[in-house]
Amino acid sequence: MLTLEKRAIPSRFWARSTPVLAVFMTMIAGGVLFALLGKPPFEAIRTIFWDPLFSEFAFYYRSQLLVKAGPLILIAIGLSLGFRAGIWNIGAEGQYIMGAIFGGAVGLAFYPAEGWYIFPLMVLAGAMGGILWAMIPAMLKTRFGTNEILVSLMLVYVAQNLLSSVSFGVLKNPQGFGFPGSRNLSDYPAAANLDLIEGTGFHWGGVAAILAVLAAWGLLSRHILGYQIQLSGQSPRAARFGGVEPNRLVWICMGISGGLAGLAGLFEVAGPAAQLTPDFNVGYGFTAIVVAFLGRLHPIGIVLAGFLLGLTEVGGGIAQQNLGLPAASIQAFQGMLLFFLLAMDVFSNYRLRWATTEVV
Amino acid sequence: MTPIKTILAGAALALGLTSAAFAEGKVKAGYIFVGPVGDFGWTYQHDQGRKAVEAEFGDKVETTFVESVPEGADAERVMTQMALGGADIIFATSFGYMDSVLKVAKKFPKVKFEHATGYKRADNVSTYSARFYQGRAVIGTIAGRMTKTNKIGYIASFPIPEVIRGINSAYIHAKKVNPDVEFKIVWVYTWFDPAKEADAATALIEQGVDVIMQHTDSPAAMTIAEEKGIMAFGQASDMSKFGPNAQLTSIIDNWGPYYIARVGAVMDGSWSSTDTWDGIKEGMVKFAPYSDKVPADVRAEAEALKKAIADGSYHPFTGPLNKQDGSPWLKEGEVADDGTLAGMNFYVEGIEGDIPQ
Repeated sequence: MLTLEKRAIPSRFWARSTPVLAVFMTMIAGGVLFALLGKPPFEAIRTIFWDPLFSEFAFYYRSQLLVKAGPLILIAIGLSLGFRAGIWNIGAEGQYIMGAIFGGAVGLAFYPAEGWYIFPLMVLAGAMGGILWAMIPAMLKTRFGTNEILVSLMLVYVAQNLLSSVSFGVLKNPQGFGFPGSRNLSDYPAAANLDLIEGTGFHWGGVAAILAVLAAWGLLSRHILGYQIQLSGQSPRAARFGGVEPNRLVWICMGISGGLAGLAGLFEVAGPAAQLTPDFNVGYGFTAIVVAFLGRLHPIGIVLAGFLLGLTEVGGGIAQQNLGLPAASIQAFQGMLLFFLLAMDVFSNYRLRWATTEVV
Repeated sequence: MTPIKTILAGAALALGLTSAAFAEGKVKAGYIFVGPVGDFGWTYQHDQGRKAVEAEFGDKVETTFVESVPEGADAERVMTQMALGGADIIFATSFGYMDSVLKVAKKFPKVKFEHATGYKRADNVSTYSARFYQGRAVIGTIAGRMTKTNKIGYIASFPIPEVIRGINSAYIHAKKVNPDVEFKIVWVYTWFDPAKEADAATALIEQGVDVIMQHTDSPAAMTIAEEKGIMAFGQASDMSKFGPNAQLTSIIDNWGPYYIARVGAVMDGSWSSTDTWDGIKEGMVKFAPYSDKVPADVRAEAEALKKAIADGSYHPFTGPLNKQDGSPWLKEGEVADDGTLAGMNFYVEGIEGDIPQ
């Protein structure tokens, strides 16, 4: 009979290989799902994973991959620091929205002025919006011991309503015939976050993502704060004896993750999304949680995971069009990825054994 | 021209000229939907229109669609993907796709674009919409006659002219046949969210309404109305299977004829950029059969109204009408012009509450 036996130390080998295995399992289970829907499974999997990179029109899809992966990576990097320390910021989506509102509002306030300083100010305001929104759960946690998971998640819905309110109210395009939504920021040169090299999908958000990855990597491997973060996550008691102040860590981790999410929101709203509308946010803040875990909370892993999720999104769109797959099946496919990852994690904490001596 | 635009335009040009499919007379039509085709409302009806195109042209046409595409960058990607894939005509069926449509259309001058409910056009971008306010006039009349509590519930999505126009039209006509009628309006800020729509319906029923109208896409409110034993109107499609006892009738968005005409125009080369706003007369706005609950005299009244709107002898926005604040809008016998209707951002006199800002 097969039994699970707890490992004394989690297996490094399994921790590293479960993401790959999870992707593989997702392909198999997804293939079965597509086959059950009456679609060719191999073609579907190929369309999702191969076509965006190497098909006839890959020159376009690759740029879209960058557009998708950029914000995911940027947000996930911030989240991973908190997750490592056991601080669960689930509300990145709300911080993303607030970053977009703050940064977008600054840009719109200057309209139609021109000036090199406008975009940097927007970036600053975007980061501040995210940080301030993340400070709310941080404050409630440090002062009153509330659960940051609940508070940060609930604040997503508050942010969503604020977004709706400003899209219909103060930030509404005066020339929009009463329709909701701000002016188009990508048509306003001083505020536009356009591709740095046209057609590549690489805008300032991509630059920020690269910087965030490098900074996080440096922080975790070289800096005392990185050490404290990891120690707090693995052993809170030991961390306290080691002089780590838990509240300070909450402020820092919430601040960084909120700030990066806010930045992602600003870069998106000034670039690909182009305007603040009641539903311009498409869930990057939530998907980034998946990206962070899929990437094992490691900066390089997060980069790979960000591109993988982007791939399923872009490829999923192609599969819908070419093979007539329903949108829900693509979402289910993405869900499987997280499911298998968590399921396979059993192997890094447990080992499979043939129990020969036991009597049932 | 910047390099990428050259590449994209080049690809489009090459496809437009050499595409074997086109040479055989096979037109490729792409549809991009904001909701799932199974929403039984807005997107469902557009998909019915797509199927009508397939039924009409058979082998001469190939349609594809991508559903649940968020507005913004994703819409732009999906439309580009369709254009690259050789689509000859692309139907974008949500208002929020507007700027993306214009952007992609610029890159693919050979591809025709059709944008539903928008107001920005280009040489290769047409817009189209339906005069749903005509339908609202008819169901407003029925609601005014059928309500016992004199309270009519209205589940509104977003405070945009399209929705406000519908509320005004329904209210004017309910009031006309029943001066005691009162409208309870709930804004849910979504087009499709069954849970929110159901909550709104429940809240309205608690306030004493016995007829519900909606400007959202799911049949959730209809299901609640059926459960609670009140009356409701379906939206966009015939929702009677969700409320066999509740549904009085339903406004049906009938896009098929328009889609067939436009795809046909691409086939014979007569396509040009147009702005279409059709209603009951052209058959773009239709109705589900009346339920048995609607008595004969009310049916006759509704039918007469439909006929008068269709033959042009009556316009749902005919004066005297005042705005909510009491200021005059239309004089006796004056008819609202399309420009005012297209940008309508005020309630008519008698409606309580404010339009959210």
